[in-house]
Amino acid sequence: MSAGSNVPQIEFDSVTKSYGTGRLVLQSIDLKVLKGEFVSVIGPSGCGKSTVLKLISGLTPPSDGTIRVDGMTPENARETISFIFQDATLLPWRTVIDNVGLGLELEHVATKRRHEKVASLLQLVGLSDVASAYPRELSGGMKMRVSIARALATNPRLLLMDEPFAALDEMTRDRMNEELLRLRDEQQWTAVFVTHSVAEAVFLSTRIIVLAPNPGRVRSVLPVDLPFPRDAQLRETEEFESLVAHTSHVLREALVQ
Amino acid sequence: MRQRLTTAANALAVFAGVLILWQLVLWIFNVQPYMLPSPSAVAKAIGKRFPSLISSTAITAEESVGGLIASIIVGVIVALLFAQSRWVRKMFYPYTILLQTVPIIAISPLILNWVGPGAPAVTLIAFIISLAPVIANTTQGLISVDENLVHLFLMHNATPAQKLFKLRLPHAVPSLFVGVRIASGIAVIGAITGELYAGSSRVGVGGLGYSILYAYSQLQTDYLFALVVAAIVLGFGFLFSVMFLEWLFLHKWHESARVPETE
Repeated sequence: MSAGSNVPQIEFDSVTKSYGTGRLVLQSIDLKVLKGEFVSVIGPSGCGKSTVLKLISGLTPPSDGTIRVDGMTPENARETISFIFQDATLLPWRTVIDNVGLGLELEHVATKRRHEKVASLLQLVGLSDVASAYPRELSGGMKMRVSIARALATNPRLLLMDEPFAALDEMTRDRMNEELLRLRDEQQWTAVFVTHSVAEAVFLSTRIIVLAPNPGRVRSVLPVDLPFPRDAQLRETEEFESLVAHTSHVLREALVQ
Repeated sequence: MRQRLTTAANALAVFAGVLILWQLVLWIFNVQPYMLPSPSAVAKAIGKRFPSLISSTAITAEESVGGLIASIIVGVIVALLFAQSRWVRKMFYPYTILLQTVPIIAISPLILNWVGPGAPAVTLIAFIISLAPVIANTTQGLISVDENLVHLFLMHNATPAQKLFKLRLPHAVPSLFVGVRIASGIAVIGAITGELYAGSSRVGVGGLGYSILYAYSQLQTDYLFALVVAAIVLGFGFLFSVMFLEWLFLHKWHESARVPETE
């Protein structure tokens, strides 16, 4: 599946966000993410990347402009959204099973169905062996997999990710990227992915949005026309490398303005 | 294991050293037994007075446990109220510091006036003196939840009850135990101090503080020392019990959880 549909999942109509006494974070952002797209947001620190995700999820309201998610307000669309944070943000007093089942539990899904769902997800992310372990016994990569499984447990139509692999070493990060695409292939959600890494953005995305800072605004939108399914070998192709080089160039220009 | 044995051996060596020094001081300065009894006299007093030591310790233990449990219950409830809003904290938090700074000796006669002598008054004193650390630590635990975890619960439209019971309370358990550990030591001290004033409602029957006053008035210094030893044992017993509970609750998941005996 690729960006085939024309149905919008997210629409930003001249959205502005300022905090406190007028510190402008984002300025008149127009944005449309179609169903099935994988959109990465990159930009220098302070350009409001994370704020974009908070706006989509309704965790913070826009100061001006309108946001629609699945045709609804962000608050009403919440049930269809899952958020993956920078750290795994697991509950340390819960086992892997109970962490993955958290969302279902909060939404009062029956225990038996919850356990079935969790078991199949653990299988999917390759964590069945550590199902009853506590987070402190897991490596960084495994914790992140738990976090991903937890996000997918509620069958989201939209996945928001805020630099989820920033704390992982490069090899683990590459593997997580490949797994993420495999999961997307099977489950078909739309994704908005915030990252610092250009290579990661190119590898994952159908489109890259480059933000410029102070205040944050859309600098460029770059399509990534690499075919799916993508695997590790893609990183060694010339097309990939030239796209990374081009994106890095645009990003540098965004910094200089 | 071997390291633990070495630690125990070192501690015992220090203990033996103190006993020897103690005995030497007695010989060299020819100290009278009513001023400072010899270690062997204290040991003998412990043996001779064992039943009354046990009953005094039991009374003090009961009052301390009562005070501590009341502190935990009231402390957690107050902390839950404090966790509701910054305004509530700002308004009432200074008064918990007052709890900590009020000289308990000074208000003991008042409490005696209100409650009358005996175990209830002593329990009340142990409660008052051990309340502040429970409130302070539990509040800290309740309000220091990672913002992203709060967001996670928001994303699932969690109810206030779910946020409390599935997020804030479990998150606060380690801090609660820090508070209870501190409070457990203070509760014993509070109970013994309280007994000095409000020790007994019946003549001749009382806890450690009451018996210490009695031993002092009779110049039975060896018995007085025996009572101090009992107080120390009680304090240690309290602390280790709390640390054991802490281990029981936390060792599976919490980073800081340690086996009670190790340092």
